[in-house]
Amino acid sequence: MTAICFEHVSKWYPRYQSLSYGIKSSLLHLPQTLRSLKRERIRVLEDVSFQITKGEIVGLIGPNGAGKSTTLALMAGVVEAEAGQVMVGSRVSPLLELGAGFHFDLTGAENILLHGVLLGLTRREVVSKMKAIIAFSELEGAIDQPLRTYSSGMIARLGFSIACHLEPEILLIDEILSVGDLAFQLKCNAKIDEFKRQQVTMVLVSHSMPHVQRLCDRVIWLEKGRIIAEGNPAEILKEYDKATQLRHAVDRSSAA
Amino acid sequence: MQVSSISVAHDPKAAQEVYWEHLWDLVVILTQKEMKSRYKNSALGYVWSVANPLLFAVIYYIVFGQIMKVPIENYALFLMAGLMPWHWLANSLSAAPNIFLANATLIKKVRFPRHVLVVSYVLNEGIHFVLSIPVIMGFLLLNGMSPSWNWLAGIPLLLVAEFLIVYGIAVTLASLNLFFRDLERLSALLVTVLFFLTPITYASAMAPAQYRSLLYANPVAPLIESWRELFLHGQFSWLWIGACYLSALGTLLVGSVVYWRMSPKFAEVI
Repeated sequence: MTAICFEHVSKWYPRYQSLSYGIKSSLLHLPQTLRSLKRERIRVLEDVSFQITKGEIVGLIGPNGAGKSTTLALMAGVVEAEAGQVMVGSRVSPLLELGAGFHFDLTGAENILLHGVLLGLTRREVVSKMKAIIAFSELEGAIDQPLRTYSSGMIARLGFSIACHLEPEILLIDEILSVGDLAFQLKCNAKIDEFKRQQVTMVLVSHSMPHVQRLCDRVIWLEKGRIIAEGNPAEILKEYDKATQLRHAVDRSSAA
Repeated sequence: MQVSSISVAHDPKAAQEVYWEHLWDLVVILTQKEMKSRYKNSALGYVWSVANPLLFAVIYYIVFGQIMKVPIENYALFLMAGLMPWHWLANSLSAAPNIFLANATLIKKVRFPRHVLVVSYVLNEGIHFVLSIPVIMGFLLLNGMSPSWNWLAGIPLLLVAEFLIVYGIAVTLASLNLFFRDLERLSALLVTVLFFLTPITYASAMAPAQYRSLLYANPVAPLIESWRELFLHGQFSWLWIGACYLSALGTLLVGSVVYWRMSPKFAEVI
């Protein structure tokens, strides 16, 4: 069963900067503004097609600005594609970066409620999972303290713990697994293996190649908005590594 | 593994119910968040939300009542009855341009109905206004007047009208500000201009005939006048209430069009 399907997806952003110069200049130079909105478009993804089957773990790799995060945003449904079709099966939950969507004056427990509801659960569902979330995060002692008293590791644990209990069918992970202490990382890895057994589809963006190698069934290599290669992690990562080294060498020699 | 109700709800009616329940929960939780975060670090809490309009009432009473001698009896009460509902509107509109910006990370990553952020902000300010109604009652009693039974019908009617008007304008400002960032400064100006164009420190009957039509073009004027009539004289006219709902319809229409046109692009520009 297909969980995520991209068909000839293209995404470009207009240069909205021309608007943020302000109302006055955009209105005074209205024709120019409109023209620049049309012409100065940044292509972020170009004709990208792939399929991800249910239960698969796919890694997205590529240099900065390759379009990895945009791909995740399209999957999460927060932006729309200009061309092509994005089909995403069911319940998607993004694993947010550190502290995003948390409120630092609220307590840990209040944040669980806020976060869970924002990510699509009803209040009743969050309340019924509250105990399990707190237990998994190992934050029983601090859960009634305001979040601003937490260390960044504690916040990360809370965030990961909430995401784990949302019962996602598709989990989007953007470069955040390397948080928390070693013990908690092991716990995260165990949870991910459990998800894998439960046939949860996962899409992972990471610059940590060992991570990608260990977790992923398949890797998609993006560069400048296009798919360069996709397939078996070991092979693709080797190619990717070679290309990066090469580019580095070229950069160095041209700089010299 | 427990299967969640959203994915299991194949029956469209059940899915609809879960959707509304979730929307309601979102509004409740976000409103609670606003209330809590505002008061967590302040000792006086609730007192602030009442003290603010009261302070302005005192200032205007001195300037317009004592120095410029506006010929309105019970001028202090007259001011309070207009200023309390005005502050709901003014506070919401001055904060409106920042509502989406303040939640940038969330908007970029999570798909949820973004307008609930505006709804809960305006509701939060509305709750503060409701909490200040007993203060108005207290001042009425001090002046030998008493609340009327008409309040029971009038207050809910006007609360809904004001909520809709404020929400309509706020969602417009919040959405547009993502694309035109200097709207933030403009809306602070707008609130000040609107204050003087709205009969708060004066009564609309005092305006010369040629300016009166200008007053009626103001979507907020019938609202504030209605509140004041209700608080001071325990009366409301259906004509004024109708005017309130008409302007609510207008601002909601503008707000909805702007929001639906722009919200798919929010995550890109924020």
